[in-house]
Amino acid sequence: MKNKLKTLTNGIIKENPVLVLLLGLCPTLATTTGAANGFGMGISTMAVLVCSNMVIALLKDIIPSKVRVPAYIVVIAGFVTIVQMLLKAFLPTLDAALGLYIPLIVVNCIIFGRAEMFASKNSVLNSAMDGIGMGIGFTLALTVIGFIREALGSGTIFGMAFAGEAWTPMMIFMLAPGGFFVLAIIIATINWLSKGQAIKKKEIGCDGCPMIEQCGGYCDREEGRLA
Amino acid sequence: MKELIVIMMTVILVDNFVLSQFLGICPFLGVSKKMDSAKGMGIAVTFVMVIATAVTWPIQKYLLERYDVEYLQTLVFILIIASLVQLVEVTLKKYIPPLYKSLGIYLPLITTNCAVLGVTIMNIDEEYTYLQSLSNTLGAGLGFLLAMVLFSGVRKRLEECTMIPEAFRGIPITLVSASLLSVAFMGFGGIVEGIFL
Repeated sequence: MKNKLKTLTNGIIKENPVLVLLLGLCPTLATTTGAANGFGMGISTMAVLVCSNMVIALLKDIIPSKVRVPAYIVVIAGFVTIVQMLLKAFLPTLDAALGLYIPLIVVNCIIFGRAEMFASKNSVLNSAMDGIGMGIGFTLALTVIGFIREALGSGTIFGMAFAGEAWTPMMIFMLAPGGFFVLAIIIATINWLSKGQAIKKKEIGCDGCPMIEQCGGYCDREEGRLA
Repeated sequence: MKELIVIMMTVILVDNFVLSQFLGICPFLGVSKKMDSAKGMGIAVTFVMVIATAVTWPIQKYLLERYDVEYLQTLVFILIIASLVQLVEVTLKKYIPPLYKSLGIYLPLITTNCAVLGVTIMNIDEEYTYLQSLSNTLGAGLGFLLAMVLFSGVRKRLEECTMIPEAFRGIPITLVSASLLSVAFMGFGGIVEGIFL
């Protein structure tokens, strides 16, 4: 039981997928123009992550390792389609706000990475726990980034104005540059608070990239040479 | 013709995929350390994007829409892209070895690049015609290449810089420079309308 709890909390703080592992940056930056959008994106991703983790853990002995990449993609894409339909039916405003980024959950490195690194080696229950933990970590990070950008950029919190006339919103935080900037400040803060211990990776690169086995890190080397 | 150029220039400069739509951030930050690899990755992505659009657009119009199974779009598109990448890799290896040598290493990474799936779905969402889709895709790829090459130049300077505060070293300062590059690209707003319309 203690182990399971550890698996669960691991993803929330120690290995937070966005703020520590630096995975899934595209949806992180694109959907955090508001706290509510970030939260919605986080929950949608979490649903796909938990379901695909469980199914892949169930199927891990059946899927031959040579075709595992396409097999995982099919499983993940199936769940993404379900989430897409549910959002269209029950939360059309969120669906419109997230738009293109809902189908793009398929290529979110977090989901593929967890399938490859965790679900394909662990039991169903553990994989579900891992999915929930990572999902909560992702949701938390997106909500925090969205909260900051929304508060600075449009002077609202979850859509409600909090300062009235006293606060002049800085539009740039809602636009693309603000996304990069807020994420940079948050990571720098984590670095500063933990004295550089939390974020071990100093560059965004091949660690944690799900395709590392296929490419062997060539993309990052000087004029990669193929055998 | 003018319309196609407008679509292409808009997606290169104003709605740049990386800097204003946040598609393809992982390779943008991961593979931009050296000018050569940035160029290689950019060209490989453009190449795969154009082929992927050329295949997915007809499939959407003549297969998925005709038989009312548009909900399979995500699944079908990602599978097409994954198999296309494999196919391109094998074909290049066999018939054009020099090109394979320079682009081959980037190909396996492209399947999970959200810019490729993103552009194919965007073409459908925007209801572009076949030619418009291809021009949008070519623009998206060139915009990605432009952002990659520009940013690799910026990072070269960053690496030589020793005055960066401890907490900002590495990833944070890279993101701050990306943010500044993105501000610079905001300056292109309205330029396309100004020139072509």
